[in-house]
Amino acid sequence: MEVRVQNIHKEFGRFPALDDVSLDIRSGELIALLGPSGSGKTTLLRLVAGLETPTDGTIYFGDEDASRKTVQQRNIGFVFQHYALFRHMTVLDNISFGLKIRPASRRPTSTDIKRRAMELIDLVQLSGLEKRYPAQLSGGQRQRVALARAMAVEPNVLLLDEPFGALDAQVRKELRRWLREIHDRTGHTTIFVTHDQEEALELADRVVVMSKGKIEQVGTPDEIYDTPVSPFVFGFIGQSNILSVRVESGQLWIEDRSIGVSAAGEPDGPAQLYFRPHDIELLEDCGGCIAGIVTASRRVAGTRHVELDIGATQGKVEIELPPEKTATDRSRIAFRPTRWKLFRS
Amino acid sequence: MTASTRKRWQFRQPSVIPGFGLALGVTLSWLILIILIPLSGLLWRSSALGWETFWAMATDQRTLNALRISFGTAFAAALVNVVFGVILAWVLVRYRFPGKRIIDAMVDLPFALPTAVAGIALTTLYAPNGWIGSLLTPLGIKIAFTPIGIVIALVFVGLPFVVRTVQPIMEEIDKEVEEAAATLGANRFQTISRVLLPGLTPAVLTGFALAFARGVGEYGSVIFIAGNLPYVSEIAPLLIVIRLEEFNYPAATAIAAVMLVISFAMLLVINMIQAWSRRRYGYGT
Repeated sequence: MEVRVQNIHKEFGRFPALDDVSLDIRSGELIALLGPSGSGKTTLLRLVAGLETPTDGTIYFGDEDASRKTVQQRNIGFVFQHYALFRHMTVLDNISFGLKIRPASRRPTSTDIKRRAMELIDLVQLSGLEKRYPAQLSGGQRQRVALARAMAVEPNVLLLDEPFGALDAQVRKELRRWLREIHDRTGHTTIFVTHDQEEALELADRVVVMSKGKIEQVGTPDEIYDTPVSPFVFGFIGQSNILSVRVESGQLWIEDRSIGVSAAGEPDGPAQLYFRPHDIELLEDCGGCIAGIVTASRRVAGTRHVELDIGATQGKVEIELPPEKTATDRSRIAFRPTRWKLFRS
Repeated sequence: MTASTRKRWQFRQPSVIPGFGLALGVTLSWLILIILIPLSGLLWRSSALGWETFWAMATDQRTLNALRISFGTAFAAALVNVVFGVILAWVLVRYRFPGKRIIDAMVDLPFALPTAVAGIALTTLYAPNGWIGSLLTPLGIKIAFTPIGIVIALVFVGLPFVVRTVQPIMEEIDKEVEEAAATLGANRFQTISRVLLPGLTPAVLTGFALAFARGVGEYGSVIFIAGNLPYVSEIAPLLIVIRLEEFNYPAATAIAAVMLVISFAMLLVINMIQAWSRRRYGYGT
């Protein structure tokens, strides 16, 4: 089911947690809400769930206005960071809970409930553990129970609040791939909140980057990474360098030196130059470049990260080089960004 | 499998803090000194009676009635305390309101107050000419000097046991668990009855056991309000005192021994239920 969020405001006391947020979520989409803590991503998720009520604005499920509906009426599936399983119930009872408590008119027969729950246990690969209690499961297994429990009620939309946040790195990676598989198989419209950009970029069809209660950018992982629309998104996603430059006659200048990058069509004046450490080319001679002295160099997996001091006013930049390119301390390196973006304050 | 069978079962879990032997030794000696020696003295004295005399004294009609009143009222009072103690603990854990600290402190008053004071105060209130008693007398309800009066006194002394055992467990309940129930479609009643209360069962049982045990042994507050009519509102501890004052030590020890056995059996059963439910609800693992 498609979900539309329209001009949502949410204030906690006097503190605005969300400020005029609008977002269209397509049916069957897997969408990530990404942002630092305090950006309002969890609040947005909880508003869609009905666990919070908006100060102003409307939320539509399909064509229906869901904003005035209670959590129970919205028929959503919610997965919490810390699982929130019912500890006195077995895995099977946890998963069947949502169906068992329905009023008699909408409740499947008990054999149907059991069959449905067993199917889900199978789907989340926990066969054989249905009689266990949550305390007897590992973190990753608990989170899979929580997901199965949320899916049991055939939710309109599946909402996941930092679902892998409490798990260790290895399990997190594995569950991430597995969640994508489950999503492709079941096709539930899914919104998940994360502060882990790698997770968002790897898993989601579209990523919503949020900051300070506003949406900064919505786009595919490629769009978000390759064409960030704001300094925040550029700085938040991936690694980036920021330099103060000046635009003059279609060229970029640092102080009185041209850096050999043409910025045709940009109006003159001061600006901030953003570029990623790997979007550079090394230069042998410097007739228009950025040059610096190597202050640190470390090898990270398949690349070499080199820190350069490029002068007192600019501070340091980090660039990435192929590992075979050695960079001894105090040596001089000249480079030029090949892919960059200008932002003006 | 082979590794676990080869490894012998042992009492002792490896631990960074040494001194298992010493700690267990101290514990056992202390238990023997404080609990076991006095109690076995009691049993030994009553065994000196000979089985037939003992049985005759223990099954005397007045004794039986007193025992029934003692255990019955303690049971009823513990049940009442479970209901209201859980509600009270809930209010203290979940809501913020002016005067909360004062109410929280008031819960412990029955611990500190000499029980005789409570007994006198309750009697003044519930006697036929007291504030509450005078309102109830025209309706034909008599509280003071009946078993109902005993229950009220025991509710008073037992309340903190339930509140103080349930409260910390309630504080641990994650709000997310309730939210999870709501997202799955559970209404408030279902959330409370199927999610929250079952999780509290072990703590509630402990509170019940403590309040019950306290009620069985209570003396000070009850004797004022009970009226102490033999066969009607006379509790077993009072009967023991009466026998002692008559210098009828064998009868006193016989009643005491019976109380001891029943209490121990009931507490043992409650503890076993509790251990079972703790295991079941995943506290012990």
